[in-house]
Amino acid sequence: MSDALVTVTIDGIEVQVPRGTPLIEAAKQAGILVPHYCYHPSLPAPAVCRMCLVEVEKAPKLLPACVTTVTDGQVVHVNSDAALKARESVLEFLLINHPLDCPICDQAGECELQDYVFQEGRAATRYADYAKRFNPVEDFGPDVLYIPNRCILCTRCVRFMEAVAEDPVLNVSERGDRSYIGIFPDAVLDHEWAGNVVDLCPVGSLVSKDFLHKARAWDLDRTASICPGCSQGCNMTIDTRDNVVVRLRPRPNMDVNRHFMCDTGRQDYRWMNRGDRIEAPLIRAGDKLQAVDWASALDRLADTLRGADGKAVILASARASTESLGMTHRLLDGFELTAAVRVPTGHEAPLASIPNLALREERTPNVAGAELTGYTRAWDEALDQAVSAQVVVVLDEELAPDEFDRVRTAGTVVVLGTVDHPAYQAADIVLPIATMAEEHGSYVNRDGRAQVYRQAKASPGMARPAWWVAAEAAGRLAEGRAVPATAGDAIVMLGQSIPALAGLTYQSMGFTGRPVASAAASGVES
Amino acid sequence: MGYPYPPDEKETVVLSQYFGDEGARSYQGWVKRGGYQALEAALAMEPGAVTDVVKASGLRGRGGAGFPTGLKWSFMPKDSGKDHYLVCNADESEPGTFKDREIMRWTPHGLIEGCAIAAYAIGAECCYVYIRGEFTEPLAIMAKAVAEAYANGVLGEKLLGTGPRLEMIIHRGAGAYICGEETGLMNSLEGRRGNPRIKPPFPAQAGVFGLPTTVNNVETLAAVPHIINRGADWYQGICLGNEKSTGTKLYSVCGHVQKPGNYELAMGTPLEELIFDMAGGMPPGRTLKAVIPGGSSVPIMDAEDVKGCLLDYEGVVERGSMLGSGGVIVMDDSTDMVYQIYRLTRFYAHESCAQCTQCREGTAWTVKILERILGGHGKESDLDLLLDLADNMTGTTICVLSDSCAAPVVSGIAKFRSEFDAYLSGARPPALAAH
Repeated sequence: MSDALVTVTIDGIEVQVPRGTPLIEAAKQAGILVPHYCYHPSLPAPAVCRMCLVEVEKAPKLLPACVTTVTDGQVVHVNSDAALKARESVLEFLLINHPLDCPICDQAGECELQDYVFQEGRAATRYADYAKRFNPVEDFGPDVLYIPNRCILCTRCVRFMEAVAEDPVLNVSERGDRSYIGIFPDAVLDHEWAGNVVDLCPVGSLVSKDFLHKARAWDLDRTASICPGCSQGCNMTIDTRDNVVVRLRPRPNMDVNRHFMCDTGRQDYRWMNRGDRIEAPLIRAGDKLQAVDWASALDRLADTLRGADGKAVILASARASTESLGMTHRLLDGFELTAAVRVPTGHEAPLASIPNLALREERTPNVAGAELTGYTRAWDEALDQAVSAQVVVVLDEELAPDEFDRVRTAGTVVVLGTVDHPAYQAADIVLPIATMAEEHGSYVNRDGRAQVYRQAKASPGMARPAWWVAAEAAGRLAEGRAVPATAGDAIVMLGQSIPALAGLTYQSMGFTGRPVASAAASGVES
Repeated sequence: MGYPYPPDEKETVVLSQYFGDEGARSYQGWVKRGGYQALEAALAMEPGAVTDVVKASGLRGRGGAGFPTGLKWSFMPKDSGKDHYLVCNADESEPGTFKDREIMRWTPHGLIEGCAIAAYAIGAECCYVYIRGEFTEPLAIMAKAVAEAYANGVLGEKLLGTGPRLEMIIHRGAGAYICGEETGLMNSLEGRRGNPRIKPPFPAQAGVFGLPTTVNNVETLAAVPHIINRGADWYQGICLGNEKSTGTKLYSVCGHVQKPGNYELAMGTPLEELIFDMAGGMPPGRTLKAVIPGGSSVPIMDAEDVKGCLLDYEGVVERGSMLGSGGVIVMDDSTDMVYQIYRLTRFYAHESCAQCTQCREGTAWTVKILERILGGHGKESDLDLLLDLADNMTGTTICVLSDSCAAPVVSGIAKFRSEFDAYLSGARPPALAAH
């Protein structure tokens, strides 16, 4: 093992890294971020921005840290006078043609040019008497605008489309300081993963039309989450402003989505901001539903379940968390239970050069989690069972009107839902639950990786996470039954009865997830 | 020889012997003049032995860098199991240089023969000749000669009917200066944008199409048959100065001389003899002001530097410049040095491939400052700014284009500062409309 490791000293800090590691990555391990623009860990390194020049002892000149690999005993100075002067000059060169339109630029606040100039750039320009380069804004594709005046020609976008998406529609056009990022004639930047070029752009040159002028970066709250768009389970960040989701962006996870996320997932957030939500528990009083407090609603639910036996059916969404699915299943485990999830499907859209990364056909995030907690995909069969069931629980799934018409013949219909729906007038109990953006929870992706998502915004009115609703009701049913206080407690509790989830905690899942004990194991043990 | 002039007695005519002799262009004419004997001799040797002869001759790259040719060949991997490539760099895009053009115009078969020997030595079965796009006449002549060489069994399945396979492909460039840089050339050859590549990997490990490649200049390859014919000792003996520089070198003399042209000199010949004797010196009544001895990329020499300068790799470096490609640009006392330096930097700003920040932005900014000075709006601080930009542009980029842009600025300000000051103080009227 030690053969494969080399020792380098970076700004006085000694680190051991595998042979062949680029200096820039070795420096990260020493806790030093070498300023850079063109380098990106998920793209080929061209060493063109020249920002990451560092001083390596015994080398005749400064070396680019992104393509220089470590050698044993190397002594590197990231912040020596020579390296600082080189970086200051690169920043000056980049700024001479860069507009100072930060006040109207979407990137301001999360701009690497802004950050590094602030950190170590010159205080004043020496290029005062000339007009800056001007090129008109280009419409590259459905969601991407190119603002060439801000471009620093790092070519990350070109390399992403060429080497990662393998749909080379972008290029560097012209030469010298006339250069700009071009798009080939008649080509459109409409690849299904094209939105990533906006994230990759270190400045505000490639911007998202969807996010254009929507919010300032420093006003955003960022929450680590998991994309609910398909069973891939891409790690993402939910950016909110004033409790409104304004943007979804990929969050790096080398085992799942590297640094990327597809446009379908990226743009599917408006439902998180819907205003037509159920905000209070509703229970049937005569021929209409009446808003009550949670205690009354949960008592009613417990009473109803206590008085029933025989068949029960859960019709759930595979967008519900493992906690919610598991706790709801547990609530009804005294019944002759049929539990199913509906899995909408779509086309598959892979990202060409990244193995095992695609927008998946299964367009819900937690199919595997549902199967582990005792659900099947036999939706139609479950619906048939529901017609004659004593109790039907609809969990976070919007039933079609004809489906609801069939279900209402059951003994008691309990809806755990987010959005109000006219058909719910026929239900017996309607309980407001949080969306995945409004709760902590976890999903198990198609590869059996359990991943946590965090609450990004407050839920409206009295809405609570579905796992809490189910667990509280269960607690009323059985005296002395433990009720989880948090989603983290809930997953631990489920792990005590479901072997595949055994040992799973939010801490062990961390920010990048953890494989469940056995993805193949499924079913609830009583 | 100083075609179109008859050879000067001080020249050592080897490569330029047939310049102006149309009969040497055809296959038959070349054979009649002793052509392809060297290739035959080389094929009778082991490839490694051919490399050894070239190593012993002391031949160094004539494109500008002066790297020992035999050593470069020996970097090609042995038994790699991969295809090897030879690339003949005939892009000759360096301003002030026009020697390769004449070699291709008059002795195309000499170049083909040199390529064939080199390809044999490095185990290449394919040779690309990358010709500058503007070279229409040399291209036509080379294309005809290559066709003749195939028709006469020189090239093709078996070199001269007995040797290994060699295919020769002429590739026409599209007129970008940077495609004369060997890694930019390889990208261009592959159909990519002609951006220089990061080294390592060096071409001998991963060159054209990722395979081991040797890139040699036209003049270098054209010298190889003569070395094989007459021996390494003969070539090494052509040396008047430093023993590390051997053989003959073609100098393209242009500018303020009475007889501009190509002159072939033994290494170590005094620069003054070339300018004043062979090229006829300045026009009447003029005196020498400056010389750029090795194509536009090297530092400028003033008249003082020229005195006693020996033309070989070490001799010119001793005088603060470089031998480069051998493009000797002569400027007399009528020259506006500020304008000439501006003209040079404008070339580099136009030709920057735009990859590296310092080069893309620095070359253009340098031009703007010089424009301002020439327009009569320069500031006292401009010269320090130019020097600081030059410092930032030197040794910080993938290739040396930005270094080449900085070199004349730095040497120009050091040697001709009074001319800059004249513009700055208003003593000299503006030479350009204000920008």
